[in-house]
Amino acid sequence: MVSNRPSTPPNLANKKPHHDEKSPASTPLRVWDLTVAYQRTPVLWDVAFHVEPGSLVAIVGPNGAGKSTLLRAILNLIPRTSGKIQVFGDEFAAQRRRVGYVPQRESVDWDFPVSVLDVVTMGLYREIGWLWPVRKKHRARAMEALNQVGIADLAHRQISHLSGGQQQRTFLARALAQDADLYLMDEPLAAVDAATELAIIQQLRAMKQQGKTCVVIHHDLQTVPEYFDDVLLLNMRVVASGPVSEVFTPENLQKTYGGRLTLLDEVSSAMRRQEKLL
Amino acid sequence: MIGSSIAWVSVETSDEWFAALLRLLTLADYNTRIVILGTALLGCAAGVVGSFTLLRKRALVGDAISHAMLPGLGIAFLVATLSGGDGRSLPILFTGATISGLVGAAAILGLRSTWRLSEDAAFGIVLSVFFGAGVALLGVIQSLEAGHAAGLEGFIYGKTASLSWMDLMVIITAAAVALVLCTMYFKELALLCFDQAYAETQGYSKWWLDGLLMSLVVGIAITGMQAVGLILVIALLIIPAAAARFWTHRLSRQVLISAGIGMAGCFGGGMTSALLPNLPAGAVIILACATLFLFSLMFGGAQGLVWRAIRRRQWQQIMLRQHLLRAVYERAEAKTTEPKIVRESEVRIEIADLMISRSWSRTQLERLVDGAQREGLITRIGSQVALSKPGWVQAKKLTHQHRLWEMYLITHADVALQQVDRLADDIEHVLEPSVIHELERLLQGRTAEVVKSPHQIPEPS
Repeated sequence: MVSNRPSTPPNLANKKPHHDEKSPASTPLRVWDLTVAYQRTPVLWDVAFHVEPGSLVAIVGPNGAGKSTLLRAILNLIPRTSGKIQVFGDEFAAQRRRVGYVPQRESVDWDFPVSVLDVVTMGLYREIGWLWPVRKKHRARAMEALNQVGIADLAHRQISHLSGGQQQRTFLARALAQDADLYLMDEPLAAVDAATELAIIQQLRAMKQQGKTCVVIHHDLQTVPEYFDDVLLLNMRVVASGPVSEVFTPENLQKTYGGRLTLLDEVSSAMRRQEKLL
Repeated sequence: MIGSSIAWVSVETSDEWFAALLRLLTLADYNTRIVILGTALLGCAAGVVGSFTLLRKRALVGDAISHAMLPGLGIAFLVATLSGGDGRSLPILFTGATISGLVGAAAILGLRSTWRLSEDAAFGIVLSVFFGAGVALLGVIQSLEAGHAAGLEGFIYGKTASLSWMDLMVIITAAAVALVLCTMYFKELALLCFDQAYAETQGYSKWWLDGLLMSLVVGIAITGMQAVGLILVIALLIIPAAAARFWTHRLSRQVLISAGIGMAGCFGGGMTSALLPNLPAGAVIILACATLFLFSLMFGGAQGLVWRAIRRRQWQQIMLRQHLLRAVYERAEAKTTEPKIVRESEVRIEIADLMISRSWSRTQLERLVDGAQREGLITRIGSQVALSKPGWVQAKKLTHQHRLWEMYLITHADVALQQVDRLADDIEHVLEPSVIHELERLLQGRTAEVVKSPHQIPEPS
């Protein structure tokens, strides 16, 4: 389950969680008051939520809502202005092996001279270690991951010859090869064919069965109730978070997508103006 | 003097020329051995490092760094000379060049992030300002007593022909270090170049890996400065790597081929410049690399320009041939009400009547007919043609496919009757048997050998 607030005893329910509070090691992901700014222009304000183990969580929100930024901040790829993030009750850096990342398909140049299998073994480089070459058992693990996403037959194909859906499956297989416990996926279902969408969803469900947790940026509101347990509605701040049945309501969606966030927008542009003067 | 245009061998008669060539090819001269070995090793290392910078999309960083090295050379020389040391000592000069090269690279990063200047503008500014400062400093040094014979200009265009044993040692060391590091960190560098964000999530430090790659570039630029000059050294980092991209889709082969092309270019260029007096060796080496690049562009892999042109031409011939066969068939069909009872060889068509079927010229048509006759598809009798038995079979199949597709367009895609002929023209040549089968299924009841044309076939007047 996702909730805005970490579950606290009823008498403390109104108290804001403290930054020195520690999330239990069983909680895959907990975020406190996360604020991220690009060049002082805030993109995420005071984002707080946590993710229960073994859940499929969708992050939804309009373009520019900061969905990718949220994942990138969790992964330490961009600096955060304030706030705290814990992965399995620890710093991300200490737990990175248990976190698998599926970046946006467009984030790389698919004309790169490697095969599908090469890309998938990249998920094992840390395990293989510096100075060691990729060995047979690693290739076998990568093949297994490719099998799971249903493209084992493409293992030796050049990645420049893949369709969009196949590229997406390759990235998913790379994360699977790592055998993580928490997966963060940036739009894995964007612009893929129906067969790929089905294959990926089945894979997500299989992962859930194994007790793994997936946090997935999702763009298709129609399929949220069908595919996911929990949802985080995001538009620069958390509009709502929790079980899909409770928080995925027309009112909350209206708050997330409809209307301009006049105050936030004004503050943002004021900061931008200020920045230009400095 | 621009560059090193000393002829290594003096040539007067053709006998002497052959003797010189022989001496060169057998690397008989000590000087030739040093130069060829040095530049070839440099080309090999540059090809390897260049593959990674090219794939990291940082190809031009090397250019900025090498240009930014010039003022460092001047300053190092001045500082060393004024403090009583030897300004010409390589370690001192190299240290100065490295520092100013790195300052140049940092300046680009700074301009880009602090003032949000676009990358190309930042490159342009840093490259030209640092180089300008370097040229000015060299001018000052020239005017000094001690600097008169400093020979620092040699670094701008290189001094290939006068590479010394010492220079060769430097190149060997640098190349060996570069090759060992690239082999050791092959998979990490590959990951960085392919997907930097993912590499970071895996715990690889972007700064460390990019730092490694940039240090290798600096190392190549410094050693290359002696051989081909700091203006042209960038070519050794980019051209072999870019040429190798045409030949392979595997990273390990890309790196090996790039190293080979770099080596071959330097070897060939070095040899050529030894035979052609008055040509600066650095420039000839780059031109040799460019020749290999051009060759790769034309013939490299399946995407080579020449292969593509040939394939396109063959395809065009096939399409024209198919159009001809269908035109003859349709004409023949129009001449008789019961096409099935027609003995194929009996239906003769005037070539002139085929003119109306397509917008082909008379010469083009004649040539097509001759070609088809050579293939045994058509028999020509004077001004008339007739389909042979195999020609008839093929023509029937083609016409069937064309009409099936036309009908599909009309019934399923709502294409206007007048347009359908031309639209089907583009597709019919690529229809696979499974698609034809599917079309026949879709358009039930049209499984006759050749379906009727859905539109009027133009008649010759």
